[in-house]
Amino acid sequence: MNFDDKFAGNTDGMKARTGGNAMKQALESELEPELEKALAEFRLSVHAWSDAAYYRPRLVVATVRRRSWRVAAGWALGCALIAGSLSGGLYEHRHHQEMARIAAVRAAEQQKLEAEQRAREEEEELAKVDSEVSREVPRAMEPLVQLMNEDESK
Amino acid sequence: MATGTAWEPMTNDTAPEVAAEEFSAVVTKHRPHIFRFLLASTRDPDLAETLTQDCFLKAHRNWAGFRGESSAMTWLMRIAINLQKDHWRNRRMQFWRQTQTNAVDMDEASDWLPSGESSIEQQLLAKERVGQVWIAVKGLSERQRTVFLLRYVEEAELSEIALATGLSEGTVKAHLSRALARVRKELGGKR
Repeated sequence: MNFDDKFAGNTDGMKARTGGNAMKQALESELEPELEKALAEFRLSVHAWSDAAYYRPRLVVATVRRRSWRVAAGWALGCALIAGSLSGGLYEHRHHQEMARIAAVRAAEQQKLEAEQRAREEEEELAKVDSEVSREVPRAMEPLVQLMNEDESK
Repeated sequence: MATGTAWEPMTNDTAPEVAAEEFSAVVTKHRPHIFRFLLASTRDPDLAETLTQDCFLKAHRNWAGFRGESSAMTWLMRIAINLQKDHWRNRRMQFWRQTQTNAVDMDEASDWLPSGESSIEQQLLAKERVGQVWIAVKGLSERQRTVFLLRYVEEAELSEIALATGLSEGTVKAHLSRALARVRKELGGKR
């Protein structure tokens, strides 16, 4: 069998043959005219539909491009939104951290200044008390000292 | 076309070219028939197109293994039937039934009529009959539908249907008989 023999009858093999076998004849003899007509119309209808669909203009490339463009645009927009919200959140977080750090430094400086001020005031107070006590107490005790000196001489 | 017989082993220097030529001829000749069968089976032009592509891709990969025990058409039809089965099986597994919406509905499918009908009345009657056959076909089991379409759309012999589906001729005949009973009932019921 050569190539032509191998393939020549292929399409014909799938087409109705005038001879047919006994089974086919038995099967078709049962077909009433109306059923046969309906089946013939069905076959022709499918053939017509198939021919129209098979040879229809294909718009696959255009469709795919449009879809891919839309998908790409959607992805880009989505990515931009996500990146924006992430960077916004990150900036907000950093900003909060920075503000908290500055506030802590200011509070520490304030406390330090207050502590220094308090220490200075205490020192001044003590110095004042010291100076007052060292100047007045000895003068107040002088009459007692004189009395004690007089008693000793007697 | 080919220099030697189809069965003879091909020599190394000519084999690829000859095989490519042979396969190209097979594609040109049988692609519309495979597409038509898949379109009638699925009622979905896009799915039929995809499955037809897959069918010829698979056939190309296995072309070296085709030894001509059956006709090329029968061999291709067998591949197409298996691909179609795999498609439905995978879809059932995935519970993904949305592509069903791509299938053309039966009214639309029955719009395609041979132009030979003379009057509008005859065209309407023919459309109604074709629609009834589609309804019956939709109600058939997968195997009955395949056998029915191969017989009454592709006009295949029972022996060829048996080879393409892997069933015995007796089983093919039984499926065909049940399918015809259903079509007959549909046609009779609406009259």
